[in-house]
Amino acid sequence: MTLFRHFALCSVAIALAAAGPAFGQSLQDIGKLMKQGQNTQALEQVDQYLAGKPKDAQGRFLKGLILTELNRTNDAVAVFQKLTEDYPELPEPYNNLAVIYAQQKQYEKAKQALEMAIRTHPSYATAHENLGDIYARMASQAYDKALQIDSSNTSAQTKLSMIRDLMSVNARPAQVAAATKPVVVAAAPAPARSVEAKPADTKPAEPPKPAEAKPATAPVKAGGDPAADAAKSIEAWAAAWSHKDAKTYLAHYAADFKTPDGMPRAKWEAERTLRVTKPGEISVSVEELRVSSEGADKATAHFRQRYKSANLKGSGYKTLELVRRDGQWLIVQERMSN
Amino acid sequence: MAWRRALAAVGFCLLASAAPVSQLEAQPRYSDSGPEPLLSRVFEQIEENHWEAALQQTDALIRSYPNFRLAHLVRGDLLLAHSKPLTAFGEGGVGAARDKVADLRAEAIARLHAYKNRPMEGYLPRYLLQMRDDQKYAIVVDTEKSRLYLYQNDGGTPRFVADYYVTHGKLGADKTREGDQRTPVGIYHVTASLPRQKLSDFYGSGAFPISYPNDWDRRMGRNGHGIWLHGTPSDTFSRPPQASDGCVVLANEDLDALGRNLQIGLTPVIISNSIEWLSLDDWQAERKSLLAMIQEWRQDWESRDVDRYARHYSRKFQSDGLDYRGWMEHKREVNAGKSWIRVGTGDISMFRNPGKEEYVVVTFEQDYRSSNLSNVMKKRQYWIKEDGRWKIVSEGAA
Repeated sequence: MTLFRHFALCSVAIALAAAGPAFGQSLQDIGKLMKQGQNTQALEQVDQYLAGKPKDAQGRFLKGLILTELNRTNDAVAVFQKLTEDYPELPEPYNNLAVIYAQQKQYEKAKQALEMAIRTHPSYATAHENLGDIYARMASQAYDKALQIDSSNTSAQTKLSMIRDLMSVNARPAQVAAATKPVVVAAAPAPARSVEAKPADTKPAEPPKPAEAKPATAPVKAGGDPAADAAKSIEAWAAAWSHKDAKTYLAHYAADFKTPDGMPRAKWEAERTLRVTKPGEISVSVEELRVSSEGADKATAHFRQRYKSANLKGSGYKTLELVRRDGQWLIVQERMSN
Repeated sequence: MAWRRALAAVGFCLLASAAPVSQLEAQPRYSDSGPEPLLSRVFEQIEENHWEAALQQTDALIRSYPNFRLAHLVRGDLLLAHSKPLTAFGEGGVGAARDKVADLRAEAIARLHAYKNRPMEGYLPRYLLQMRDDQKYAIVVDTEKSRLYLYQNDGGTPRFVADYYVTHGKLGADKTREGDQRTPVGIYHVTASLPRQKLSDFYGSGAFPISYPNDWDRRMGRNGHGIWLHGTPSDTFSRPPQASDGCVVLANEDLDALGRNLQIGLTPVIISNSIEWLSLDDWQAERKSLLAMIQEWRQDWESRDVDRYARHYSRKFQSDGLDYRGWMEHKREVNAGKSWIRVGTGDISMFRNPGKEEYVVVTFEQDYRSSNLSNVMKKRQYWIKEDGRWKIVSEGAA
């Protein structure tokens, strides 16, 4: 689930953006307090700050975040709601409203808020991703009703793992679309964080390209390491897909690959070829790749697959089971999960 | 997109398999109640790539039928398609409940198939040859189509009233043994009405037991009991096409609507694997030929000429422990002592058996008078066609 991480991303963005000379300094400090979990103090200080600048967007945004941390959800909603009214061109308040609505399982409202965020910034990747997640959650609810299953346990697990994500995400650069509000744009990255803020990633209106995707989490070492070799093979697989090279793409699948629903291989290949070579740009990227190897010739890879084509955009988690045959890592099973 | 194709396949296979009846230039006749028209529209929208419209239609469907699981599944697909590419019908649910997805797919196919191949104006189920005046309605079930058709007796001609999606036995039709989880095929009638209060929630809004096993079933050695028409649990709109232990299961609102028209002990329930439809002309011709033959049989009996009378009986005849030869000898003896016979036949009903065994059950009030004996009884005869001629293969008191 990306919702919570992106929530955090926004907080970093605004914290960075707020690093202006006078009041900014104190907003950054307040942001630090919040990150240290001292939310009550942070709230007091942000209220003081806002007493002097009641209209200040960053201050109010930060207050919304602190209130969310304090579980004062209704107050947080009110703050973000008012921000969307006063600054309808800012996508972040809409996005965070959506995150809160999603926590409350008000997916229809969350969806509307994200659509507003996208309307203000059509290329706002975070909102697109979150919207994808909202749809997935709504779908999950629909499936629960259709099949009389209860997936609430699994979503609870997702939530727990999110809290960990929230911590680790702080080390990543903020990928916010540039807001039209001068104050936001004027923000200079805090010096202490300059290592993290990569220019390439902060460019507005540019969705992440496959080439930039870094499968960083796997301990990829050059040569010899089965996991590393398997990871390379997966990168090549994604690249072949992105290049619409069906032959190379299919060559990544073992002869005994388990086709979905036991479909005949030829039929599956025909379907995949049709799909891989469909008209228009396709980009497939692999992120958060984790490869675990079992012996020298078996490996399992988990990653987030981002897919973008002319008429479809989405992401999800994928698991590939691989085997090494004649020095080649080949896919024997492929699963998509939410 | 593969998923769209998978969904479209659900729709397309229906178009391609239209029954001969629907290829005729007749107007479709349909009650337009039930979820099929909207469901069909949803699939059309998907085929046309109008996803938002499809989602809206699906939401409308769910508003009308909140427990309609199939609609929720389609909604899940339509939503999930926003966040990842889909390849199969009900893909997001397959991991958790593959069997249930398969069931709902089967239900989608059954509902859409029946909707796209609905009976045409001027065609009748062959089985309803003659209803009695006091039989106001008749039910005909098509297990392959998962469909139940209700007909009204309109001055002797069955007139289509409504049709409903139904569930039948887990292992299909042609019941022969107790516990075989099959639905019987044959001519039955409603024997009782069990109200909701006397049943567990499993049976929904009520139940109507039917007369399985009938005389013919018993003669064929079939057994089992407790075949009912009944509803669905309160949290369920409809069940998969094959999910009962042999009962015919309807949505509760459908059972309620149907139940209002049923006459206990009277309403025929004819269950077929696949209904044979006859044009009104062909139906009329078959009906008249059999009625004429019954008339002839009556007159030949009155003639006291056993040879003439015997023409109406099959060599395979069996009744009351007598075979053809025994029966005719008995008639010869009886007739010898009579100076006259008069036979009246009233309240005739004629229903053709829908199964592999081709016969027509004829039931009537027989008013028998003769020089030395008179009696009034309800008689049942089984007529078969032998070498192009209607003949009696069994008869007795009903």
